[in-house]
Amino acid sequence: MLTVEHLSYDVLEEGKQSEILSDVSFSVNDGEMLVITGPNGGGKSTLAKLLMGIYKPTAGKICLDGKDITDYSIDERAKAGIGFAFQQPPRFKGMTVRRLLSLAAGGPMDEKTCCGLLSSVGLCAMEYIDREVDATLSGGEMKRIEIATVLAKHHDLCVFDEPEAGIDLWSFSMLIKRFEQIHKEKKESLILISHQERIIRMADRIMVITDGKVESIGAAEEIMPKLFGQELDSCECRRQKGGELYGA
Amino acid sequence: MEPKMSLEEQKIKLDKVTEDVLKMIDTYGFKQEGAYNLRLNGMAVCHGDSRHINIIPKEDKPGIDIHISGEAKGEMVHIPVVMSQEGIDVVYNDFYIEDGADVTIIAGCGIHGEGCSETRHDGIHAFHVGKNANVKYVENHYAEGDGSGKKVLNPVTKIYVGENSVFTLETTQIRGVDSTERENYIELGENAKLFVTEKLMTDEGQTAVSNMDVELNGENSSARIVSRSVGKGTSKQVFHPRAIGNNSCHAHIQCDSIIMDHAEISSIPEIDARHVDAQIIHEAAIGRINDEQLVKLRTFGMTEEEAESVIIESFLK
Repeated sequence: MLTVEHLSYDVLEEGKQSEILSDVSFSVNDGEMLVITGPNGGGKSTLAKLLMGIYKPTAGKICLDGKDITDYSIDERAKAGIGFAFQQPPRFKGMTVRRLLSLAAGGPMDEKTCCGLLSSVGLCAMEYIDREVDATLSGGEMKRIEIATVLAKHHDLCVFDEPEAGIDLWSFSMLIKRFEQIHKEKKESLILISHQERIIRMADRIMVITDGKVESIGAAEEIMPKLFGQELDSCECRRQKGGELYGA
Repeated sequence: MEPKMSLEEQKIKLDKVTEDVLKMIDTYGFKQEGAYNLRLNGMAVCHGDSRHINIIPKEDKPGIDIHISGEAKGEMVHIPVVMSQEGIDVVYNDFYIEDGADVTIIAGCGIHGEGCSETRHDGIHAFHVGKNANVKYVENHYAEGDGSGKKVLNPVTKIYVGENSVFTLETTQIRGVDSTERENYIELGENAKLFVTEKLMTDEGQTAVSNMDVELNGENSSARIVSRSVGKGTSKQVFHPRAIGNNSCHAHIQCDSIIMDHAEISSIPEIDARHVDAQIIHEAAIGRINDEQLVKLRTFGMTEEEAESVIIESFLK
């Protein structure tokens, strides 16, 4: 179980203290899927990076299974059981997909396991296994490999930052199935940051983050109507134009 | 009649230092079998020919002539150099590769230096490659030992690639060499192809200079040069690759360096077109280890140091 209490994150911008996240509290139960959504620039990715230890919070506390991990480094959090899929994964010159997946799994990986992993994210394994994780791969290919690195090992909690971004429809369906399967097995807790309705609909609970604050959090049935009902009149100009964006 | 010695009996016994250095510089595995020549402290200590490869010692100066017949298909020749005593060794090796040969040549030099004066090896190599041949030349440079004497390697490599032939050059220098000055000169004939991969890592106060001139003389000749380096400590590296397009040709030079600590790296590209259909590209980049790569590997549970060494190891692979 993950518990986040009063988490805040400030940065210095042009000499001024600026608040990116303010007093964020929530929890994720074992086997639960929490989807975090909200407008761009609201602080979702920042929150994910605070959970992984990539950023250090200005205030607040993060506990995993009752253990305070607020002061843990990135690798200590990884060892404590957190997995993380980046929104924009880095490329590695000279490193093959197979090597990256073995590093992710924490030990040598046989070809069969490696191929199974790649297939589960919609990549033709034989085509990719010995390719380098460099600029020759497209953004979508990189994203799928990124997700495979997180699936390479068991984690108590996996954080996926916009896993759907840049992925084609067919692979997206496979990905959804994979998330559904993990969710069904209830062996790993999942935090997914997403704007995708299909992902949001899978959630046990939804948390909406706006302007660095928790706008709402609750069961999917409770938040979903607000979320999709709200959309129509969320924007001033759309409302004035009767819901049509360009005044048709 | 003297009884013939078996192949095993003909093999000379090498000491452990030599064996260990050989393991580092000949990753294909040096055996006293087939075509080979081992030069140890300035002397050819053992050599063997194969049916299609003959090695003949030079009479006028130190070194060997290696004749590779066009009948050689997928064959290998090993010509390592080991220096475990101080001194300066200059050697001239000439390769004559006939039309249609397909061969891998594994060279390289390893120094084991315990003394306080300089140990230096200058390998001066020339490759005369005929038509329709496929040649791979692998050269590893390495030094070890606690001696304060400088360990120096100054190779000179001249390569003449004939019509329709492919030449692949792989050079690696990962550790221990205090100073190196490498001179490469390559001429490409019609339809000839050149692939160069250069890997270099320097540390402490080491220095490395690599100059490479590629003359693309033949119509439709091409060259692809990839240079990757890592500079640590207070080491200094200078790269000066130069592609000269004298005919309709393609050349691509890519230099990538990771800079660490207080190292200095300079990359001086030169592309020189002397024909309207010469297409030459150069890319060069120097930068510190990418922070995002470090963070990504740390999310696998690696410490910063572990992540750093994995990134460098992959980069130089």
